[in-house]
Amino acid sequence: MIGTGLLKGLAVTARNFLGSFHDPRRFVTTQYPEERTVLPEAYRNFPFLVSESADDPMGTLRCVACQICEKECPPQCILIEKSADKKPDANGKMQIYPAVFAIDTSVCMSCQICVEVCPFDAIKMDQVFELATTNRFGGLLLDREALAKPDSYFHRIHPTEAAEVEARLAAGRKAAQDKARAAAAPKAAPAASAPSVQPPAAPVAEAPPPPGTAA
Amino acid sequence: MRPATTYDPLLERAPVVLRDWLTGGLPGPARWLADSLITIAALLAVFGLLFAFLTLAERKILGRIQNRPGPNRTGWGGLLQPFADGIKMLTKEDIVPRAADPVLHFLAPVALIAFSILTFAVIPYGRDLVPVELDSSLLYFFAAGAATELAVFMAGWSSHNKFALLAAMRALAQLISYELPLLLSVVPVVLATGTLSATGVVAAQAGWKWDCLPRWVVFTPWGAAGFVIFMISALAESNRSPFDLPEAESELVAGHLTEYSGFKYALFFMAEYFGMCALSGMAVTLFLGGWRAPLPALEFIPSYAWFALKLLALLLGFIWIRATLPRLRIDQLTRLAWKFLLPLALVNLGTAAFWSLSAAWAGPFQLVRWAAALGLVVGPFLLLSRGLASGLAPRTYRYA
Repeated sequence: MIGTGLLKGLAVTARNFLGSFHDPRRFVTTQYPEERTVLPEAYRNFPFLVSESADDPMGTLRCVACQICEKECPPQCILIEKSADKKPDANGKMQIYPAVFAIDTSVCMSCQICVEVCPFDAIKMDQVFELATTNRFGGLLLDREALAKPDSYFHRIHPTEAAEVEARLAAGRKAAQDKARAAAAPKAAPAASAPSVQPPAAPVAEAPPPPGTAA
Repeated sequence: MRPATTYDPLLERAPVVLRDWLTGGLPGPARWLADSLITIAALLAVFGLLFAFLTLAERKILGRIQNRPGPNRTGWGGLLQPFADGIKMLTKEDIVPRAADPVLHFLAPVALIAFSILTFAVIPYGRDLVPVELDSSLLYFFAAGAATELAVFMAGWSSHNKFALLAAMRALAQLISYELPLLLSVVPVVLATGTLSATGVVAAQAGWKWDCLPRWVVFTPWGAAGFVIFMISALAESNRSPFDLPEAESELVAGHLTEYSGFKYALFFMAEYFGMCALSGMAVTLFLGGWRAPLPALEFIPSYAWFALKLLALLLGFIWIRATLPRLRIDQLTRLAWKFLLPLALVNLGTAAFWSLSAAWAGPFQLVRWAAALGLVVGPFLLLSRGLASGLAPRTYRYA
């Protein structure tokens, strides 16, 4: 009969109206500034620089200014200037560091290619989305101080990926230690056991022997 | 207005008492003038506020139906939203296209709002609350209501915009089509009550059958059918979804409102809601017993409160329908009016005539009377609805 479809439709809207008052699964709006949704772990938008320590971010950046990301970046939004001097990294090894590391977030297209090409796991994707500023030229050009975030933060926002990175780095450290031990084997036994007690080791697989033997 | 009757408690008489207290000291003609001005001011204030909060209620209810909260930032839970909207509308630039007819372009919203307000004059809002007591107030109401169509076309024509003109053409086709079932659904009420006066119609719906069933028109077979036809036509007359073709956003930009901005746009909006309120108020008066209480025990609630309750219920129905039904196509729209509602309304006139002729039937004949009347309502409905969709599907589209 004509009209029954109309009544069915009215019943559907009435159910939705009433359901929105008592069924949280229907009423999904989050009142944004006051409430926040939990971002999914896979959510990622702009890159940041990983530093080993939260206390001295500039001193413990994993980045060694190799400039691969700068070359690979499709919209060319990364600017890196190598330092003239070398500074000891987290493991005490002397490394070039980025004197200038800047990302223009107004140009960045969040493609994550910089993250994928980085051999040092020094650049990762962040989860911040409130990047609005009142100054569209300077405000969106983030320098290395603004980009640096500690490893603990990375562990918090992307636990799965951070665990993988951690395992890879540990494997690299172990390989380096084995290599060092093999190199130090002809020498005295105490010299070989020295690096194994140092908790933070060399960052990557192809890293040179531990500082104890290098120096 | 008539003087307050003696029966009423204080709350019932309060509006009239208040007015008399304000204007009591004035001499004759000045008092008449002051009374009228107070009535006008009260009407504008009440319906202006109703309009404001109706927009808010509509947005809130639409939101809830779509499982979102609706506006809730301005004021307490969004309560000040209509005033923020009003200030926004007032401070916007008023743009008149260079090619437009400036006089007509200005007059269209003014005429529309004026005719919309005129229709409020004859609705009995309470026992003694009729702004203007006319013997033929139904005629006056529908004449004033029909005049708004002129303003809609004025707006479309004067804008000098193809979308606006196209929409105005559609609006005319729609409004004139639905004017007929609207009026024909009212004629049985006039026939049964024997009066063209709105207060007379309300007076004719007094009393209760077996002390519980009010003698409202809607509780008769022909009254129920007439009420449904009236409400469908009222939806179309007030350009509400699913009959909002004149301002179909997805097809015609904004229809006849395309070239209107700022406060003129707000006036069109206001007129739409005023038209909706007036038609709902008339539906309450004609079919739902006007300001009368549904039960004798509930008569202590003032009559204007009953009117307001019934009016709000109908307005919520409008919003509910808007949230549910998609827009009709123009051919479906006119077909519904001419091939379905109009014949139904004509048959309904016959049903009403049968009902009033058989008023004296008693005993088992009472059952025969109900059965015959229900058959006269349902039978044509089923027959006509079968013809409504036949031969139309599948529809072939040919593009130019």
